[in-house]
Amino acid sequence: MSETASMKKLNMIEAINDALDVMMARDSNIVVMGEDVGYFGGVFRATAGLQKKYGRTRVFDTPISECGIIGVAVGMGAYGLRPVPEIQFADYIYPGLDQLVSEAARLRYRSAGEFTAPITVRSPFGGGIFGGQTHSQSPEALFTHVSGIKTVIPATPHDAKGLLIAAIEDNDPVIFFEPKRIYNGPFNGYYDKPVEPWSRHKDGAVPEGYYRIPLGKARVVREGEAMTVLAYGTMVHVAEAVLAEKGVDAEIIDLRTLVPLDIETIKASIEKTGKCMIVHEATRTGGFGAELSALVQERCFYHLEAPIERVTGFDTPYPHSLEWAYFPGPVRIGEAVDRLLKA
Amino acid sequence: MNEASRSNLPPLQLHVPEPKFRPGDAVDYSHLVIPAAGAQARPDESCGASETHPLCLDLVRVLGEDHRAVGPWDPKLDPESLRRMLRLMALTRAFDDRMYRGQRQGKTSFYMKCTGEEATSIAPAMALASDDMVFPSYRQQGILIARGYPMVDMINQIYSNKADKLKGRQLPIMYSAREASFFSISGNLATQYPQAVGWAMASAIKGDTRIAAAWLGEGSTAEGDFHSAMTFAAVYNAPVVFNVVNNQWAISSFSGFAGAERTTFAARAIGYGIAGLRVDGNDPLAVYAATRWAANRARANGGPTLIEHFTYRAEGHSTSDDPGQYRSVQERTEWPLGDPIARLAAHLEALGEWTPEAHAAMDLELAEQVKAAAKAAEANGVLGHGLHHPFRTLFEDVFEELPWHLKEQSEQAIRERRIKWPEWKEEDS
Repeated sequence: MSETASMKKLNMIEAINDALDVMMARDSNIVVMGEDVGYFGGVFRATAGLQKKYGRTRVFDTPISECGIIGVAVGMGAYGLRPVPEIQFADYIYPGLDQLVSEAARLRYRSAGEFTAPITVRSPFGGGIFGGQTHSQSPEALFTHVSGIKTVIPATPHDAKGLLIAAIEDNDPVIFFEPKRIYNGPFNGYYDKPVEPWSRHKDGAVPEGYYRIPLGKARVVREGEAMTVLAYGTMVHVAEAVLAEKGVDAEIIDLRTLVPLDIETIKASIEKTGKCMIVHEATRTGGFGAELSALVQERCFYHLEAPIERVTGFDTPYPHSLEWAYFPGPVRIGEAVDRLLKA
Repeated sequence: MNEASRSNLPPLQLHVPEPKFRPGDAVDYSHLVIPAAGAQARPDESCGASETHPLCLDLVRVLGEDHRAVGPWDPKLDPESLRRMLRLMALTRAFDDRMYRGQRQGKTSFYMKCTGEEATSIAPAMALASDDMVFPSYRQQGILIARGYPMVDMINQIYSNKADKLKGRQLPIMYSAREASFFSISGNLATQYPQAVGWAMASAIKGDTRIAAAWLGEGSTAEGDFHSAMTFAAVYNAPVVFNVVNNQWAISSFSGFAGAERTTFAARAIGYGIAGLRVDGNDPLAVYAATRWAANRARANGGPTLIEHFTYRAEGHSTSDDPGQYRSVQERTEWPLGDPIARLAAHLEALGEWTPEAHAAMDLELAEQVKAAAKAAEANGVLGHGLHHPFRTLFEDVFEELPWHLKEQSEQAIRERRIKWPEWKEEDS
């Protein structure tokens, strides 16, 4: 990114909207589509104003059919457009899963590059909003398991814009999960305290115009010596707050892209700290944390001074009333931190 | 629940469809309503979708019992075009016969014929523009043949040999031919339907003049993608032609398991506000005329059309299938709509433009043509004979660029190979 670009304070929604605006102005092949994204501007306002600015043939509402939305986007991609479909909640991406897994992910491979699916599927994800079972899920592991799809999850407005621009420009299909809990401010896990808005946070400053953050490159949120924390999305902020409160000199890495993963940054950090904690909201068994843990164990075994800690959601559907018992908050993270410190 | 108060109700019964004929049964097709050729009205291409409703329950037919073309759907093709159509259908059949044998000889793992259904790919391919994008299922090899795609390349794909443009990645017959505007075939049924709609929408977004056409079998209409595609096509008035090849069988399941006992597949169009046509799928002129009607409609921003091709899958589902296990062998011989190649040949003969001698000579010539193509392809290898593609190609095209984890796995594959054959060099593979 250009350091000379003037900055403006945006929350994550505004940053995403800005990324779409910047890219639609640059490339007439970009179309935005999804349920309620057109005239209304999206249930989270991420596409507000775009239809008015770019017209109804570039920003339009769709029938309520995730299979149709993704399938149509794949066909548009085959024609030569760069569709940016929205799935209103990640919890509702499953009807489109066949089109994503069997089609978008495989198209380049099975056609030996004759046809590609340069689509970016945006979808709000994650919990912490009393969304219950079907407005809180974190299904990233379903996609990281699929060859041919990239999975991106931003944790700040600055990254959301730069990563979304990179995702749209990428010629591979990208799942872009937006942690809706931090749309307006960096939630730190202390649900009984007010949330600081992005306007007062350093990462709420977003450069104007075009810039990109490369996919596959993690961000070191904080350098430290005591342990390495691997996190993404909302959990970056929760982990950061807990470790700050406990006064632990941890190195916190925001992965940003799960596939392709920035293994070098992870490796370098754990070789330095010797300890690793993985934090995600998604359920534990078969979650992306398992992959991270295995990679760290394989590649940093002789540097490890303690068992790798996985702090995750429980292996249950996401509950409504017991949300804070489910959510991997300060207590669960704190326990893991203490175990690592004692080891 | 008060059981006594319900005692006067009959017990509910689950209806599980069952085909009329099973192996060994005598076949009687008298229940099929086959209207006379030429009796179907041809509405204006710009008509409202609902005006086509009668045609969804009828059967558009052009070739009569006397082998003459009759009625408003007669496309009035010149003899040259008719002979070309006949030749392409015969070539498709010759191709199928040879590839089927190739599978039995172990040159490939798998094949699927389209015997009896040749009209449903050749005639539409001739009625569409050559750059209209087609989204086929696995039984429209005739489109590639009609579009002049090199037969050797088709066979290279079937044999997964070193000249296979898909680098041995795909199951035989899952072609991809962008140069022929032929979309990559997927094993997942019906997924191409919404993709075709998206392509057509993209063409409309860009103000292009090209349209899309999609194919699937009647069994696949039960997939959710069919519903999504129809809904999206209707909502956005997408320039797309939907083809449902109703060949009566989805592997061992008869069309009743896709809902054929209650209505026609064409009639589904009406509920979506889409024009529907039901055509005699073994009448190449009817298929041609219906496709041209639908293509003209789409090109004039009249929106989508669903065409049901009423036909019969004359052979097994695939080389892995034995239809004698689930249906009567008489079905094929008794099929009342006959054979598309024989019917077009008879029509040309009735016009004085063809002779049995010419047909026999053509069949010999086409068999030689296919044989020569097969030989040329075999020179590039057949399945399993030697290593046809460098190991690294296994990892390419997953993404545009190779990420680190695929680079590592690529190196591993090469290492494994060297352990097994120490003298092996990757460039030799």
